Amino acid sequence: MDPSRKRKIRLVIALSAAVLLAAGLVYTSFSASTEAKEPSQLLSENATGTYELTGKVVPGSIERSGDELRFQIADRDGSHPIPVTYSGTVPDPFRDGREVILTGKLEDGTFVGERDSLITKCPSKFTSEPEEQSS
Amino acid sequence: MPVEVHVGAGGAVQLTILGKALLAAALLVALYAVGAAVYGARSGDRRWVESSRRAVYAMAALLTLAVVLVESAFLRDDFGFAVVSSHSSTTTPTFYKLTAMWSSQEGSLLLWAWALSLASSGVLYISRRKHRELVPWATAVLAGLGSFFIGLMIFKAQPFAHLDPAPSEGAGLTPLLRNPYMAVHPPMLYSGYVLWSIPFAFCVGALIARRLDASWIRTTRNFALLAWTFLGIGLLLGSRWSYEELGWGGYWGWDPVENAALMPWLVGTAFLHSVMVQEKRGMLKVWNVSLIVGTFTLCLLGTFLVRSGILQSIHAFGASTVGGPLLGLIAVVAIGSAALITKRVDELRPERRITSALSRESVFLINNLLLVGLAAVIFWGTFFPLVSEFFTGERHSLAAPWFDRYVTPLGVALVLFTGIGPLLAWGRLSSSSARTLLLWPGLAAAATAIVLLVASDAGAHPWALFLFAFAAFALVALGGEFRRAGVARRRLTGEPFPRALARAFARNRRRYGGYIVHAGIALLLIGIAASSSFQTNRDLRLAVGESAEVGDYTLTYERLTADPKNERISFAASLGVTRDGKPFATLTPARNYYPTEDPSAGPIGRYFMGESTSEVGIEPGAGGDLWTAFQPDLSVLNPDIIRGNRELAGIPPEGQGLAILALAEKYAQNPPPATFRVIVNPLVSWIWIGALIALAGAVLASWPALEARRRLEAAYRARLGRELGAPVPPN
Amino acid sequence: MEVLLALAIVVLVAWFVTGPLRRRAEARSDDGREAELADLEARKEAKYREIRDAEADRAAGKLSEEDFRRLDRELRSEAIAILKRIDRLRESYASDPGQGGDDPIPARQRRR
Repeated sequence: MDPSRKRKIRLVIALSAAVLLAAGLVYTSFSASTEAKEPSQLLSENATGTYELTGKVVPGSIERSGDELRFQIADRDGSHPIPVTYSGTVPDPFRDGREVILTGKLEDGTFVGERDSLITKCPSKFTSEPEEQSS
Repeated sequence: MPVEVHVGAGGAVQLTILGKALLAAALLVALYAVGAAVYGARSGDRRWVESSRRAVYAMAALLTLAVVLVESAFLRDDFGFAVVSSHSSTTTPTFYKLTAMWSSQEGSLLLWAWALSLASSGVLYISRRKHRELVPWATAVLAGLGSFFIGLMIFKAQPFAHLDPAPSEGAGLTPLLRNPYMAVHPPMLYSGYVLWSIPFAFCVGALIARRLDASWIRTTRNFALLAWTFLGIGLLLGSRWSYEELGWGGYWGWDPVENAALMPWLVGTAFLHSVMVQEKRGMLKVWNVSLIVGTFTLCLLGTFLVRSGILQSIHAFGASTVGGPLLGLIAVVAIGSAALITKRVDELRPERRITSALSRESVFLINNLLLVGLAAVIFWGTFFPLVSEFFTGERHSLAAPWFDRYVTPLGVALVLFTGIGPLLAWGRLSSSSARTLLLWPGLAAAATAIVLLVASDAGAHPWALFLFAFAAFALVALGGEFRRAGVARRRLTGEPFPRALARAFARNRRRYGGYIVHAGIALLLIGIAASSSFQTNRDLRLAVGESAEVGDYTLTYERLTADPKNERISFAASLGVTRDGKPFATLTPARNYYPTEDPSAGPIGRYFMGESTSEVGIEPGAGGDLWTAFQPDLSVLNPDIIRGNRELAGIPPEGQGLAILALAEKYAQNPPPATFRVIVNPLVSWIWIGALIALAGAVLASWPALEARRRLEAAYRARLGRELGAPVPPN
Repeated sequence: MEVLLALAIVVLVAWFVTGPLRRRAEARSDDGREAELADLEARKEAKYREIRDAEADRAAGKLSEEDFRRLDRELRSEAIAILKRIDRLRESYASDPGQGGDDPIPARQRRR
């Protein structure tokens, strides 16, 4: 087999492998992923199933009893609060008003978080607030 | 103690105006540099090229002055500067005052631009007498990037915005950032990102000027290596911080912002290897230009992701005004470079073809594919929420398990190649040498696999087993390389083996430094595999005096101590640990509670309702770490806090302080059960050790070797001089 | 005060940056020889390194004698070609230095 034919074959094999890998990635990513929702969406769609809930901790709603953490999560604007129960690691920045991400499902009106799935976003340091700065 | 502010409101206004003037001048100079460089390139008039180079030097000087202004404002507690008042305070320790600059959007842009200007000045100075055709274009690219970032600072996020009237106290630095790792992590990352712009700019210059041999690679090689090193340090610091300071005990979460720094590092690694093939064999030219464009684009993407708010992430800080322009820059860089490469693709023809599968060239090609494939998988997983939203209208996100599933096989394959690559030679390897070279490493791999299968439960974790076996292969292969180098030199010079080895190293730092990097990476991957597959993880709820077992260890919650200070109250738990009945260690995890400025918490509640950070208790060891974090239950203090807020509201702050002290002591005397997270992490220290070894190898590889080269050159000259009489073979 | 300082800085920068432009416009007709010379020197050193690497590979047993000899011959002839070009370039410099006043050959390397 002359070298250029060998090369073409190698190229075809490499490309096919890449296509197969990509197809595998695409196929599994949809089934392995969890959909992200905000509290308003969760409530309005009456969703069952596991979701990744993103929202803000409602100030004053945090309670700890033993191993369990209870709080309320709402949209960024504070509307549509949903009660949450969760046990597992609580990240350091977690407190009133912080944005959190939690994976779990809605059961009887309460969102039950999966263990250790609570993520709290670092407090915003990079938001722009042009009104506050005078030039 | 608060530093006296010597500059009044009027003075601050003057200084911020000076700062703005400096930025404006820097922008003008940068734009001039672009124009002069392009004009000089096209007309061939070197005076304009020279002028554009000086303009880059001037840009660096102006930005340095700007940085000095900002940092001195931080040091002086000049709260007339908006950045100072929002990120620092009079009580912030001096070290953190200096590093607070880059915790702000504006300050971090200034850092980026300043680092870029310094690196650009450096490379332009070094190459001032060389590569006359491509340096002007490279200058234009670098100055163009500089002007973009300076423009962002003037129009979108101003470091010299001032507050009038200046507040008397600043907001202070988030406690989470009051940590040496977090202070140094951003400059390391930014240096990495910025330094990748140097080879990128020279690549663009080479493409435009049609100098498509290896000269652009040679000139910028050390910058590329330095970029890789700094980016690696940034990644290392981030993971170590996460492990040591955050309460979850992990070092990598496949968070979008973490991924954003890892992807350019992976593609950059591919670039560093792939360019060797072009230098030695004149091949993979299209790969190389594409890899550096990819690396730099990913660097910009990383800079963008942190500021854009488009992905949910622990680090993503919400949408900012800078996101849009950055995305525009990324588009221009990516599309422009792709168009340029396509136009020049004919001139990027390889000088030779790969003739043998068992050669370094072919292994490097596979290496390229593996690393780029890895980066592609991570890219897909990171941006999947956006893709899914685009196609289905719903945001789906992928978590760590998905990443682990796809990254692991590629990582395992890579560790094998860190061993195979060094074993091969350029060009064809004879099958007899192949057999000799692969024998011992192969045996080591097989032996490792068998021992682990028999003596541990590694069989339940097949990927980890493969990784250990392949890492053994790599380490033995690398050891063999070192041994052969020493032996060969000893045969030549008769020196004792250790000296021969050291001399062999010194004469070929690039190669042996690279081998040390490989060894470090193999160790790092061993650490990752062991600590992720064989971890023991338990959440315990212990009252004082209670014990629990985790793995081979028995932990007893001995007592709680309170350490109240002005800037924070710390509660520390003392955990006695025994192993097999014998005392092993005492861990003291703690939790720090920082006061909040929020008046609704009340004068007593202030200290208990603010930010809290973890102090992790770690007992490190070569075989593994015992890690623990502690979460005390403060809810029992609530009635006292509420009563204290009500009854002690009127008394002076010293009295309130005493009350808080008393409360803290009372809690420490009789604390309720607390939650402990305990992790037994086998071999995790090898991650840090391996990373440090790899970085040391990189430094060694880039160490310039002037003395040796001079002597060598004379010897070669003499030898080749004899052959100069021979007829030149047809080219 | 700061305004004066800002003005001074601007003037200084402008003077520094336009320095080269104020020199007389030389028709530097060196045909890019300086650049080519520097480039050739770099390629020569890279070629020496390759020869060294090949020897190291042979000593380490990776290349068979036959493969080594072939590779070595190839590399040496490439090195000779580069050296010849360097010599020719230096000769052309000696006979026709062009208008450029810059001597691109640093003193260190002039020693043969």
